[in-house]
Amino acid sequence: MRLTYLVPLALFVVIGIGLAIGLTLNPREIPSALIGKPVPEFSLPPVQGRDHGLSTADLKTGQPSVVNVFASWCVPCRVEHPLIMALKRDNLAPIHGLNYKDDPADVVKWLNQLGDPFTRTGADRNGRVGIDWGVYGVPETFVVDGNGQIVCKHVGPLMQHDLDTKIRPLLQDLAAGRASKVKC
Amino acid sequence: MLFLFVALPAAAQHLEDRLADPAQEARARELSRELRCLVCQNQSIEDSNAPLARDLRHIVRERVVAGDSDKAVLDYLVQRYGEWVLLKPRFNARTLLLWLGPALLLILGGGIVFMLYRRQARAQGTPPAALNVDEQRRLDALLRDDEAGK
Repeated sequence: MRLTYLVPLALFVVIGIGLAIGLTLNPREIPSALIGKPVPEFSLPPVQGRDHGLSTADLKTGQPSVVNVFASWCVPCRVEHPLIMALKRDNLAPIHGLNYKDDPADVVKWLNQLGDPFTRTGADRNGRVGIDWGVYGVPETFVVDGNGQIVCKHVGPLMQHDLDTKIRPLLQDLAAGRASKVKC
Repeated sequence: MLFLFVALPAAAQHLEDRLADPAQEARARELSRELRCLVCQNQSIEDSNAPLARDLRHIVRERVVAGDSDKAVLDYLVQRYGEWVLLKPRFNARTLLLWLGPALLLILGGGIVFMLYRRQARAQGTPPAALNVDEQRRLDALLRDDEAGK
């Protein structure tokens, strides 16, 4: 048999493998444009009944932090909430809330009912700060280093697996000041 | 009566905050058509009803009114969401293959077709070898039988 007869088969295999890889990718996960960049300039008032709002300076304290974008109307936020509480108990880094396009009364009820894991909670009523952060689906979770650089972004509700393989190791690496091998 | 049930091809018109200046409004729409809605990913923000798309249209109008150039408006969103928000990717080193791929494939395919064609033409151009004596005799016999068979 002549070797040229194998060319279509080889092409088929190459294209097939390429398409198979494509099928495993998640189109919902858009690579963030902000990874490795400083957090945007912003300043948000606290949500009703809380004392600490959130601004750029709060993320440049020399200590790494976690910023969780959430809303009381967001069902997946409710799903991930127990894990955020667990992360809070680990005491690895302060967790700040960015309350995205929420009703002031609803968010207070939500936090009082489910528990408040946040050190600071900024109220982004019209969603403009969210857009500056490149938020396109709530919940989103950002890991920020002590200099205010965004190190990692997770879109969608955090699962136990994400905490164990991404967020916790990354925070431990940041706290120890070593380069992290965690892929975000 | 029947016409009531015919779906009209309604052009998506978002009236939330139309600009007073028609030229600016037209520009804002044009730009909105080039930007991807991040929620319903294959729609532009002009076509999408998602709340985020509405917010982004609002921002586009704001930037247009502020006097930004088209490129500045698009850059504003690219900074936040990455080049992915552009429905039409920019021409740069990373998108080189994407943009030139079809032309390269056309050249490649054309080359193959051209070569096959030339090979065939050359094969046709060579006259067949003359018949030897035996062959000629057989041919004559066959032709004769054919004549006789009629």
